[in-house]
Amino acid sequence: MPATLSGQLINLLAALLLLIAFAMITQRRILSLVNLFAMQGLVLALSTLIVAYSTGQGHLYFSAALTLVLKVMALPWILYRLMRKLNVQWDVETLINIPSTLLVGIVLVIFAFNLASPISHMAGTILRSTLGIALASVLLSFLMMIVRRKAIPQVIGFLAMENGLFFAATSSTYGMPMVVELGIALDVLVGMFIFGIFFFHIRETFDSLDLQHMEKLKED
Amino acid sequence: MEALSVLAIPLCGGIVLALWGHKTWAAELGALMSLATFIAAAVLAVRIIDHGPLLVAQELVFIDSFNVFLVALTAFVAFTTSLFSRPYMRIEQHHGKLSPNMLRLYHSMFQLFTFTMLLALTTNNIGILWVAMEAATLTTALLVSLYRTPASIEAAWKYFILCGVGIAQALFGTILLYFASEKVLGAGGGALLWTHLNEVKALLEPTVLSLAFVFLLVGYGTKVGLVPLHSWLPDAHAEGPTPVSAVLSGLLLNVALYAVVRCKVLVDGALQNHMAGNLMMGFGLLSVVVAAFFLSRQKDIKRMFAYSSIEHMGIMTFAFGMGGPVATFAALLHMTVHSLTKSAIFFAVGHASQKAGTQIMERIRGLIKLSPAVGWGLMLGALAILGMPPFGVFTSEFMILTATMHSQPWATPFLLISLGVAFAAIFGKVQPMVFGETSVQRLPHPPALIPVFVHLGLVLMLGLYIPPYLADWYREAARLISP
Amino acid sequence: MSLLEGISYQLLQSLLMVLLAPLMLGWVNQCRAWLQNKSGAGLLQPYRVLRKLFHKDAVLAHNASALFRATPYIRFGCMWLAAGIVPVLATDLPFSPAADVIALVGIFALARMFLALAAMDIGTAFGGLGARREMMVSFLAEPALLMVFFTASLISHSTQLPTIVETLAHAEFVIYPSLAFAGVAFLMVLLAENARVPVDNPATHLELTMMHEAMILEYSGRHLALVEWASAIKLLTYITIGIALFLPFGIAGTGHWSALPLAFGALLPKLLFAGLGLALLETLSAKMRIFLVPEFLGTAFLLAVLGLLMHFLLES
Repeated sequence: MPATLSGQLINLLAALLLLIAFAMITQRRILSLVNLFAMQGLVLALSTLIVAYSTGQGHLYFSAALTLVLKVMALPWILYRLMRKLNVQWDVETLINIPSTLLVGIVLVIFAFNLASPISHMAGTILRSTLGIALASVLLSFLMMIVRRKAIPQVIGFLAMENGLFFAATSSTYGMPMVVELGIALDVLVGMFIFGIFFFHIRETFDSLDLQHMEKLKED
Repeated sequence: MEALSVLAIPLCGGIVLALWGHKTWAAELGALMSLATFIAAAVLAVRIIDHGPLLVAQELVFIDSFNVFLVALTAFVAFTTSLFSRPYMRIEQHHGKLSPNMLRLYHSMFQLFTFTMLLALTTNNIGILWVAMEAATLTTALLVSLYRTPASIEAAWKYFILCGVGIAQALFGTILLYFASEKVLGAGGGALLWTHLNEVKALLEPTVLSLAFVFLLVGYGTKVGLVPLHSWLPDAHAEGPTPVSAVLSGLLLNVALYAVVRCKVLVDGALQNHMAGNLMMGFGLLSVVVAAFFLSRQKDIKRMFAYSSIEHMGIMTFAFGMGGPVATFAALLHMTVHSLTKSAIFFAVGHASQKAGTQIMERIRGLIKLSPAVGWGLMLGALAILGMPPFGVFTSEFMILTATMHSQPWATPFLLISLGVAFAAIFGKVQPMVFGETSVQRLPHPPALIPVFVHLGLVLMLGLYIPPYLADWYREAARLISP
Repeated sequence: MSLLEGISYQLLQSLLMVLLAPLMLGWVNQCRAWLQNKSGAGLLQPYRVLRKLFHKDAVLAHNASALFRATPYIRFGCMWLAAGIVPVLATDLPFSPAADVIALVGIFALARMFLALAAMDIGTAFGGLGARREMMVSFLAEPALLMVFFTASLISHSTQLPTIVETLAHAEFVIYPSLAFAGVAFLMVLLAENARVPVDNPATHLELTMMHEAMILEYSGRHLALVEWASAIKLLTYITIGIALFLPFGIAGTGHWSALPLAFGALLPKLLFAGLGLALLETLSAKMRIFLVPEFLGTAFLLAVLGLLMHFLLES
């Protein structure tokens, strides 16, 4: 049990992060999905801020600010704009029904916790247990990408996965070196633009953002 | 200085061509940029051979004998590909498949892709290595969908998503690696520098590193195209423009494998067992077997050679996993000859399918009648990639098989059967395409066949005679990877 | 604490629960009315309804068996027992050892089983339909409830409700992420088990959607009064369990008369607040389609399991 208040707060935020990852799986509406993604970014920024404050790592303030700008403002804004331009609001279809997805999710969480537990015990940081949660939310986002058929939820899943990874970096190691973090942020941003371009291409070519149309290339 | 110019030239090229890539002289400018990069890489290689490893730019750039030959190879193949793409893209434009703006995207992204490859190879920071690998996906994703056909968009989306997911696993592995190294080296930039990590690798926590390696292998392995993470690879190769297929097969896969091998060196040092090698051997062998059996079912010529790339990446992964001086030497040699041969094949295939107007193999017939050069290029390339003596692929595969019989005899039958199946599949399909009644037409621009024969000539030379300095170079690199 | 004092304290607590239950229901209904800009029937309306029903004659179907007649009493008894053993005002009481969380779940299940059997006893379509739906809900809600209880008992290493409350109420301030998850799950179970919006609507008799009301459609007079009263007690019991698990601060230790005012003073605002919150929740949400109920309860189960996992990961 972490004794300090900041450790407890980060545990709470970690739990919230996982909860949001689950909420994303259950969510049918794309708009709520984007909101959840922004919320996840906020939780991430908050936890980074707390880690920065409690450990006195100066560069983490910077990455908290970067998270806030990139993941709470810029990316959701781009997604909103894309949705308005592409005129998509709904996403009803999932590949597996939601309760079964949730059960698979629980199994993934247990798997992640088990995988991370030998490592968690070695972490000297105040946040030794959060690595498992980070891994779990990465796997959950992965699951979401698998069960969604539409392009935008897949992309949100992709970005949420990056959030989980970022959380792993801040919680287990107090953040990667600055140059790497900047590089990752740049990649994510460029990736988002390319996704946006793809959305337009896909819709232009298939008249829909439903990825069901894109199952032609298979081994026969 | 040379090290930085190797990176700076393609980066500048990317920016310049982003502005003027739609002009008619853009292809020549691109080729010039690639030539400059190649010259810089060659100068760099000579320097490394003479003076040993190089560490510059606050230790962020590190070049030793392992990566310098890959740098030279990458720059060389990028240069020849830019030569090949000059007429190829003109013909595509003539056929109305591409607009000037698409060409601008192509030229600019090609340079940036070269930049990311070289950055991934030369960086000393494992985090930057990740960033460069991800950037390589970003630059090529739009190239795969350059034709904007439904199939190409689907292929690009699949490529982007799958490689994105895969590379995310690699990031997790990198984080775990940092997590372990930070305890030994302290927080900050130093803890991700490969040179520093290599010095303290024995002190790193084994549990963390074994888990990290699993994630790194799965992550970068997706880009290598290891089965079962390969499903993006045939699509992306088949649907993208041929020069892109050539650099994907010839360069990107190599660089991804390079990343895996760099990580393996650290993990081996920390673990003191063969876990990393075993994993690589497993994935490698599976890729060889699965890809070989998929080969015979292909109808699309580029798709078939994409599977052949999976097979060969599997062989290399297996050889690197097996370790030991002979296998590692052979794997490095195989990396070189495979890059050269496969890109040569794609050059020939590109022109062949342009002539036939299709990529379906059944409709490409009798190439040799109308254009003997393309036909012979394809035939010799296919023979070379199938491991016929006296080509270099034979030498490297022979060495790998010998090493396998020596240290992992159980795997030999799998390898031999797969190579046999691959031979039957590819030779059976290439032979009627080259000989027989013709179905192809003339091209509006003369094709660029010099790169094909230069590559094949080099492969032939490597099969007959490995220059001593090159052999020393391989040996030195093998010693670095597998002491 | 003398035994006599303890027993009288215990009796007072259980009597208080039974007598105050309709008032709680009245308070929730009143809040709901206010939130919906209605004037409401007043806090005492449930009492008036009960009085009216007790004065009416009970009408029984011809083919009603003894089970049908006994069920209201059994259900009322079960609820009374449950209400009596939940630690509301004090934790250390003579009946406290009986307040095992698994036993509590069992008592609720017993009452539910009898009601479902009685609903099918007459053989009308509505009864069977209601019973079936009720069983579906409870079959999904019960595991979630158990998981919530397990999470709480993992923290205190005991399935005794008083011990759990004791541990949570008197430990130093610690954030339990697991309890946050369990709390949300418990709230969802509470809504489902007590036939509240969004799972069921206690205020309508719309045949397509009703569950609880469909089961008790054949009851009248004193039987109906007992069933309704038992439901009110059940709601209050659930709320007090929730308070005991998640907001136990201020509860008295042993059953001393001197501690009573303070404990009561701590309890009352919590109850009022809980009722208001419940009314707010019911006003804000819409009744969901019955096919979405499994999803709703599946989510509750998931949250409870997550809470459990969180406990192992973060708090052990």
